[in-house]
Amino acid sequence: MSGTEKETGFTFTIDGVEVTAHAGQTIMEAADEAGVYIPRLCDHEGLRHQGGCRVCTVKAGGRSVAACTQPAAPGQAVENETPHLSKLRRDLVEMLFHEGNHLCPICEASGNCELQAMAYRLEMVEPTKFPYLEPCRALDASHPDIALDTNRCISCGRCIRASQDVDGKGVFGYVGRGIHRRVAVNGENLAHTDAKVTDHAISEEVCPVGCIIRKRVGFVTPIGEREFDKGLIGHEIEEKRHD
Amino acid sequence: MGEPRLIEISPVTRVEGHGKVTIHLNRDNEVDEARLHIVEFRGFERFIRGRLMWEVPVIVQRLCGICPVSHHLAAAKAMDMIAGVDQLPPTAEKMRRLMHYGQVMQSHVLHFFHLAAPDLLFGFGAPAAKRNIFEVLKEQPELGKRAVLMRKFGQEIIEATAGKKVHGTGAIPGGINRNLSIEQRDHFLKTIDEMEAWALDALNLARDYTLEHEDLIAEFGTFPSNYMSLVREDDGALDLYHGNLRAVRSDGGAIFDQLPYPKYHEVLIEDVRSWSYMKFPFIKELGPEAGWYRVGPLARMNTASHIDTPLANKAHQDLKAVTGGSPNNSTLANHWARMIEVLHCVEKIRDLLNDPDLQGTDLVAKGDRRDEGVGVIEAPRGNLIHHYRVDEHDQVTYCNLIVSTTHNNEGMNRAVKDVAVKHLSGKEEITEGMLNHVEVAIRAYDPCLSCATHALGQMPLQVELFDADGTLVDRQAQCM
Repeated sequence: MSGTEKETGFTFTIDGVEVTAHAGQTIMEAADEAGVYIPRLCDHEGLRHQGGCRVCTVKAGGRSVAACTQPAAPGQAVENETPHLSKLRRDLVEMLFHEGNHLCPICEASGNCELQAMAYRLEMVEPTKFPYLEPCRALDASHPDIALDTNRCISCGRCIRASQDVDGKGVFGYVGRGIHRRVAVNGENLAHTDAKVTDHAISEEVCPVGCIIRKRVGFVTPIGEREFDKGLIGHEIEEKRHD
Repeated sequence: MGEPRLIEISPVTRVEGHGKVTIHLNRDNEVDEARLHIVEFRGFERFIRGRLMWEVPVIVQRLCGICPVSHHLAAAKAMDMIAGVDQLPPTAEKMRRLMHYGQVMQSHVLHFFHLAAPDLLFGFGAPAAKRNIFEVLKEQPELGKRAVLMRKFGQEIIEATAGKKVHGTGAIPGGINRNLSIEQRDHFLKTIDEMEAWALDALNLARDYTLEHEDLIAEFGTFPSNYMSLVREDDGALDLYHGNLRAVRSDGGAIFDQLPYPKYHEVLIEDVRSWSYMKFPFIKELGPEAGWYRVGPLARMNTASHIDTPLANKAHQDLKAVTGGSPNNSTLANHWARMIEVLHCVEKIRDLLNDPDLQGTDLVAKGDRRDEGVGVIEAPRGNLIHHYRVDEHDQVTYCNLIVSTTHNNEGMNRAVKDVAVKHLSGKEEITEGMLNHVEVAIRAYDPCLSCATHALGQMPLQVELFDADGTLVDRQAQCM
C-alpha cells in the first residue's frame, strides 16, 4: 500500500474488531490484511472476485452481502462469525457435498481440499439434512498429463477465471443453467483443448477440490504434511493477527 | 426317525465380516451337507474400473478395516510393475516392509487374543456370554493388557509408515511417500524388547495349547490338503512381503516352486458355485477335486524352508517336528503358526529399526510404463493376489483380486463339514455350544469375509430349525 493510500484509509469493525481499509478494498481484502478470516471457496488470490459460492456471506448494515465483492465502508459494523452466519455457511457447504460425489477417503485432494477443510472449520459433523443427488459424471482422463473428475466439482469457477484471465486461454467454461449449470471443457474432452499442466488454471492452488488432477502425483505428500494437516483453513490469515 | 433339518448359523461371529453356515441334517440326524456361505457382495473388481492407477492402492485398501495394509501394498506392488519399476529404492522397500510387519503383528494379535482366545481359554462349549475379550480381560488381565499393547505397537508402526493407523497413504507407484524419523525410530526401539518377550510368551501359550490338546486337534478339522504361499527367491525362506510362489502337497512334495507371481494365472483357476459370492480357486494341473489348497500362517509354515529370524526359526522347527517335517494338516495349529509369525514380525521390525536405510531420502523410482501389473503379498490371512490392467489414459480396465479367504474357501468348507459331522451328527438336540465348535473351525482360518469392520456387539448369532418342507419350526437368536 502506498503512502497516499494509507492516508485515505478508514476503519470499520468485524465482529467488534477494528479493521483498517483503504478506498476500493472489499470487506474480505481488508479483513485478510487485518488477520480476520472470512470463509470463502470461489474467491482466490490473484483471480477476479465472483461472489458466487456465498460462503463468505457477512452481515453489513443489516444486509447479507458477499464479503469478496462488497466494498468496505467507513464506520461499518460487519458481522462475520456469528452462530447464524456459521449455520448458513455450513448449510451451503453441506449442499455442495450433496450435489457432487465427494468421497474424501479415496480422494487424492484429501488434506489439501478446501471444501473438506471448510467442512471441518464449520464443524459439519455429518451431512444429514439434504438428499444426495449422486450425479453420474464420467472421469475425463484423455489428456496425457491432466484428468478431470467433475464428480468433485463445486462450480466455483476458479479454473475458468484462471484460464481466461491468467493463462489467456478458454479451457474451461460454464454450460447449462440453474441447477444444471456446471463447469465443462471447451472441446470434446481435455485432450481436445489447449490445456497444459503448466497452466495456472491447472495448478494445485486453483482448483479448491480434487476435480482438476495433475496425473501421477497423487498421494505423494504424506499425511501430516498436507496443507490442512497444519491447521484449519484460514489459519495462515489468522496467524497474521496473532503475530 | 425325525424330520430332515436345516440349521443356519448366521452370521458367524468373531470373524471379520458377515457369513453364515448351513447344516443339513437328514432324518437320522446325520449331517448330509455343511457349508460356509459368504453372503455379501463387495464389487471392488468392477467399480475400480475407470479409476486412475495411482488411486488404486488407496481405494482398494477400503476392502478391509483389519488388514487394509495388505490390499494397499499388493495394489502398490502391481502399480510398481505398471509404472515400470522392478526395483524399489531401499528406503521405499524397507518402509513398506516395516508397514507390513506392523500390520501382520497387529492383525494376528487381534485374532489370537480378541477373537480366538475366548474359545481356547474357556472351552468351545463355554457359555456364549463368557466367550469374549472382556471376560479374557477380567480373568487374565495381564494377558489382556498385553493383547491391547501389542496391537497398539503394530498399529503405531502402521501410522508411522502410512500416516494413519487405518487407511493411510504410504505406498505410491514406484515407492513410498515418507521415511522414518529418528524420533519415531527411537520411540519404537524403547519397547521392542518388551514386544519380543510378550511375543515369545504368546507363542508358548499357543504352542502349549496345541500340544496339550493333541487329541482334540488331531480330530478337529484335520485333513490333508495342498498349501501355497510366497517364499523368498532363491532359498525358499518365509517372506511375507515379496518372493515367488510355492505350492506343496500334503506330503510336502512340490506342485510348483519359485514361480514368479505374475504367472499366477498359469497355475491357478477360480471356480464359481451358485450358493456363495466367494469363488473357489484351485491348482489347474490338479483339477477342482484335488487341486484346492490352503493358505495362511500354517500354510506358510508348511511351505517355507526356514525362517530368517532366529527365534521364529527355532519355533518353526518345533512346529515342524510335531509332524516329522511334513506339512501340518491341523486347522487349529494355525494359532501356533500365527504366533510364530508375530515373533518373526517383531524380530523383523527390530532389524529394520536398526537399519539406517529407513532414514533415506530416495523414496521413488521411475521406469518405463507397462499396461499390466500383478502384486502379490502374504497378508495376515494368507496369500493375496491383485492383478490390474491400465489403459493409455492411466485408467484401470481390468481388476482381479484373489484374497486369502477366497483361497481358503474350500478348506474352510471342509473344516465346517468335518466338525459338523463329528460334533452334530446323531444329536437330537443341537446346543449353542455345539454350533460354536463349527465357528471355532472357521475362526482358526481368521477369515475376512467382507474385508470390512463391523460392530461386534450388534451381530446376533441366529439359529433356525426348518421341517422337511422347509417350514421354520424354531428360531433362537442371541447377541454375541
